[in-house]
This record gives sequence, C-alpha cells and structure tokens, in this order.
Amino acid sequence: MSLLEIKNAKLKLNDKDILKGLSLSVNKGEVHAIMGPNGSGKSTLSYMLAGRGGYDLESGEILLDGQSLLEMEADERARSGLFLAFQYPVELPGVGGMSFLREAVNSRRKFLGKEELDHLAFVKEARKVASKMFVKDEMLKRAVNVGFSGGEKKRFEILQMAMLKPKISILDETDSGLDVDALKIVSDGVNAERNDDNAIVVITHYQRLLDYIVPDFVHILSDGNIIKTGGPELALEVEKNGYAGLINAA
Amino acid sequence: MVATQETIDKVNEVSSTYKYGFVTDLESEKAPLGLSEDIVKFISNKKQEPKWLLEWRLKAYKKWLSMEVPNWAMVDFPEINFQDIYYYSAPKTKPKLNSLDEVDPELLKTYDKLGIPIKEQEVLAGVAVDYVFDSVSVVTTFREKLAKEGIIFCPISEAVQTYPDLVKKYLGTVIPIGDNYYAALNSAVFTDGSFVYIPKGVKCPMELSTYFRINEQNSGQFERTLIIAEDNTYVSYLEGCTAPQRDENQLHAAVVELVAMNNAEIKYSTVQNWYPGDKDGKGGIYNFVTKRGNCLGKKSKISWTQVETGSAITWKYPSCVLKGDDSVGEFYSVAVANNAQQADTGTKMIHIGKNTKSTIISKGISAGMAQNTYRGQVQIQKSAKGSRNFTQCDSLLIGDKCGAHTVPYINQFTPQARVEHEATTSKISEDQLFYCLQRGLDTEQATSLIVNGFCKEVMKELPMEFAVEAQKLIGISLEGSVG
Repeated sequence: MSLLEIKNAKLKLNDKDILKGLSLSVNKGEVHAIMGPNGSGKSTLSYMLAGRGGYDLESGEILLDGQSLLEMEADERARSGLFLAFQYPVELPGVGGMSFLREAVNSRRKFLGKEELDHLAFVKEARKVASKMFVKDEMLKRAVNVGFSGGEKKRFEILQMAMLKPKISILDETDSGLDVDALKIVSDGVNAERNDDNAIVVITHYQRLLDYIVPDFVHILSDGNIIKTGGPELALEVEKNGYAGLINAA
Repeated sequence: MVATQETIDKVNEVSSTYKYGFVTDLESEKAPLGLSEDIVKFISNKKQEPKWLLEWRLKAYKKWLSMEVPNWAMVDFPEINFQDIYYYSAPKTKPKLNSLDEVDPELLKTYDKLGIPIKEQEVLAGVAVDYVFDSVSVVTTFREKLAKEGIIFCPISEAVQTYPDLVKKYLGTVIPIGDNYYAALNSAVFTDGSFVYIPKGVKCPMELSTYFRINEQNSGQFERTLIIAEDNTYVSYLEGCTAPQRDENQLHAAVVELVAMNNAEIKYSTVQNWYPGDKDGKGGIYNFVTKRGNCLGKKSKISWTQVETGSAITWKYPSCVLKGDDSVGEFYSVAVANNAQQADTGTKMIHIGKNTKSTIISKGISAGMAQNTYRGQVQIQKSAKGSRNFTQCDSLLIGDKCGAHTVPYINQFTPQARVEHEATTSKISEDQLFYCLQRGLDTEQATSLIVNGFCKEVMKELPMEFAVEAQKLIGISLEGSVG
C-alpha cells in the first residue's frame, strides 16, 4: 500500500479547471519531486493536499496510509501526519516561536496517544533540533516569522518538520529566496529527516534544490496533470531544455 | 511551583461555557429592596460607622438624586430600575475571622470552584488575598506578615473603625462624591472593599490581591478600594471578579482611588470576568466602574493593567492625574467583547506637573455581534511643560458582525509637550489561521494563540499567575467565534 495515493484528482478554482485528473503514488522511504512552470497547479496541489478551505476536490480521492483525507479538516490532516512547508511562511505577531512549536508538537503527540511534553522536556528537545538547523535560541523567542529573513523562515519551517515528525512532508518551493549556504542548511535538515517510514514531496521550479535533496522520482506537472515521470535525470533535462520541449512532446 | 501548576491545570479544565456561573447556597442577610435615605442609614448602621461617614454617604445620596445617568458612552441598555436592587447583602458568618478554619465551608468550596482556592493562594509565593463576597470582605490573608512591615491591608469597613483618620483624610479625594453618577451612587451605598496603606520607605514584599464575587440574586456590588502609597514605596495590587450565571442583569458600580506620594509606585492589575450574559445578550453584569489614581508626589508612578473579558456592558476608564513633576501614568488594556457584549473603555491621562509621562496601550478584540470602543482622553495642562504621551490603540475584528471604535480626545494647552497617537484595525487573516491549522492546532487553539499574540504587550505587564489565567480566559471568551 502506498503511503500517499492521489487518484484522479479534479479541482476548480473560480470555475477554472486547475487539477485535471491528477494521480500520484508515493511509497514509504521515497522522495518525489514535482516540477512545473508557473501556473501549472503546483501550489494548488499542496493546498489541496493540506486541506485549505476553498481547495476542495471536485472528484477523485486522496489516501494517507489507506485513510481518506477528504473528510478531514486541515488540522486533522496535520495531526494525522501531513506536513506542508510553506512557500511563504505566515507571520504571527506576538506568538513566540517556542510556544507555537510546543502547541503544535503536543497536538500531534496527543493525536498519537503519546504523553504531552512538559515545558522543560520540550525546550530541551527543541534546542537540540534547532542547533542542527543553525537556528539560534534567540530566534525561537521571537514571534513566529516576524522580521525573519527568507532563509530564517525556511529554516524554521524545516525545524517544525523535524519536531513534528510527519509521515508525509510537502515542501512547497522551499528553495525560493535562499542563497547557496542557506539552501545547503535547509537541504541537510530535510535529508536528516529521510527514513524508511516517511516520504517527502518536493515542489520546485528549479533543478538546483534537487542537487541537495536527491529525489527517487521526478514528475513534470503541466496544465493540471503529470505529463512525464522519470528519475533525477529528468530534472537535469528540464534544466537544460526548459519545460517547453517536454510540454510540447506530451 | 506545585501550587502554580495546580492553578494552571484548574484553569485548563474549564469547559466551553462560563465556568463561574454557579450559585453558592449561603444564608445571607439583606437590606430591604431598593434605595432611600433609610437604606443608606441602614448600611451605615450595619457597619457601625462614625457619624462623619454617614453624613458623607447622605451627601453623596442627595447628590446622586440630582444627577442623570450618563449617556455619552457607546453602549445601549434598558433603563436600570435602581429601586429593584438590593444594596446590602452579606453572608451570615461571623463578621471577623482569624483563620481559614472559621470560614463557612460552602464559601471555601466556592473559591475552590473558582479555580483559585484560598488555601492554594496562601501557599502561592507571596500573594495576600482579600475575599469580598457580595458586599462583605470575608477573609484577608497574610495580614500579620504585612503588619510587621507596617503595611495595612484590610477590608475598608474595618479601616473605617481602626484607622479612621487615614480613611477620612483620603476617601473621596481622588474621586469626589459628585464625580459622576455611578461614583455618587457608590459613595452613598458602598459596603466594603479593600484598604491598603504603605508607610514611607516600604516596598510591599508580596502581591496584594482581592477576589470579588457577586452571589446573591438582584443584588448590586458596590465595593470601594483605597490605596495610599507614601514616599518611596512600591505596591502591586491585583483584583479578580466573577459572578453566577443569571438571566437578569446585575449592577456592579465600584470606585477605586489610588494615591501615590513622592517616588511611590502603584501597580494595579485587574482580570475582570463578570458573567457576560448568554449568546443573545440575556443577563450579565453591568460593570460601571470609576477608577482613578493621583500621582501627587514627584516621580510617582501609577500603572493600570486590565484584562476585561466579562460583563454584558463595560463602562470603565481607569485614569491618572499626574500632578507631581516627573510623574508617570500607564494604562495597559485588553478588552474582549464577544456575542452581544458591549465595551466602552479606555483611560484619561491628565498631565499637570512638569515632565510628566504617560503611556497608553489598548488592545480591543471584537467578535460575534459585539461592539468595542476605546475612549481615551489625554490632557496636557499649560503647566505640564516637557510632558509626553504615547498612545497605541489596536483593534482586532473576528467575523463581520462586530464593531471596533476608537475615540481619542486630545487637549494640549502648551506647545512644549509631545502627544503621539497610533491606531490600527486588523482581522485574523485566513493565511494565519490556515498556517496554524496546518501545524495541527484546532481553530479555537489557533484563535486563542493569535489573539494572545495580539495582546502580548499588555499581557506581559500582568503578574505571572494572573497572566496564565488571563490567557486562558481570552481563549475561552472567544470560543466558537471563528469558523
């Protein structure tokens, strides 16, 4: 059984067809990259999976570990182990990073039937993970994403992923706005979380991220459908020839 | 620490409805219904008050008769029948208690249900508490320890007997009996409240706290608090309030007077959680309160921090009169109004002395059909050269049927002063909510988190134990307002 199964997903926004019968299977232990030009439906796909209001499927099915996500609200999907690293992480003025993380982690733990972490245990764990991501204590004390640089925002996203230990992570344009050094830190963080029990879907414009997070499969998304699937070499082909050739060939 | 955790857990347990809505079955003694000169005499007589105080009350009563209900606030409610209220109600216990063992067990149970049991309060590091039940102060803890420092912390009715000179010297000096309609009413019929006196050079070693509770049906609560801080002193005072869930409206018209001498600092914090009425606006407390502090001395400081989540109607403007040169006034406020609640609250900063400073941070949160108004006055007298004021009013709207209003009055009579006013209005954005939900928080957790973030500048002014309670309270008051 696949960990994540998208079957014939169709979705409209403002009466316009955005996803047109998209299907995708992701198994445990795999990393999939979804590449595509602007307007191909990449962000819609991530919002749809995460259950954002207004992004409901017209038809089709999504299963996480065999369980349908369609009847679940966004927060239930998150607690069930679906994580979305945002392209544009949202600012929460006045909400301290540490307390935000703690609420999130304890919501997930509660769902899993584990004991909630007390304050001390949590801070210890958070600091350990944060240091791996080169996130300073001082940043965790600041309000979530407020005044963070582009790199800090993305590192904080991956820090949350590492703390929440999701089954499936969707990284939406995680490389956007990152310089090479920050890209390496973020990628190392993601790679450290790869294991045989989870899976990662990387959504990106560019091949460059895939040098650091090496995918098992690369899918080309165009006009609401996956038009081609291959290995890492497919990404190199995109880099060399652009999307146009692939799209025309399809 | 154990006790603090218990408090937190207790607060955590609260259900989605008003958790303080129970009634305690206590035998009580009441005055006849309504208000007249005889009732004023009855109250004074019950308290065995000196003649001067009875005369003072009667003068206030006459003044009140000649006054009209203020109608300038942005609140709407049917006319109050002042003859349909009990002005005196007291639990039938021994008037003076030396220890908790003498307190009526039913009453102890009540405080236990309130989530902050008296016993626990006692062990919580350094909080001395005065419990006012309906109109009567029931028990005051830690008095002996405070007395060693020369600090007086007792029911005002007792202070009238024991320290008549002090009470006579200051009562009504900050808020005169004819100050406004409700202050006049309070002056005529106040039954109890707290009295605090900090002698010269003493920093009060613990937080002083009063817990107010309205229990009786149809009874009003008219407490009166007087705090005097002599030269070079510091005191932090907290008040909390709750009331049972009842279908009719109940009146709470308190008066709080603060006096700060040279280099004295008074920090006054309130977590107000009177019953707000049901979803449709039935029942709830009318909270018509006059609070004012006089910074009489040089470099004196008075700081008001309030978290207002309760009451059907809130009409309240804790103010500072900055007479002493270099004196400082502060006002930090969070006002939450949900469902049919109405809040018209703010402050007045009257700058008289030179180089006086005031800071106003007001956070208004409106949800449901609620109306939330900030009304504030900053007055810089001609004498107040070199004075400064900074005002920040932020409003947060949840849903599209509520309202937020900001009404600042600024009167500046000298050019040698600086007044700043900033105001913002915002909504909880869908992006923020979705971000929180995607991390596994449910809608209510997310709202509470975002709202508490919005209020953070004010919440950090609250003493620790209160801050935890206040945070939960804000979350609870807004439950069901999003989604």
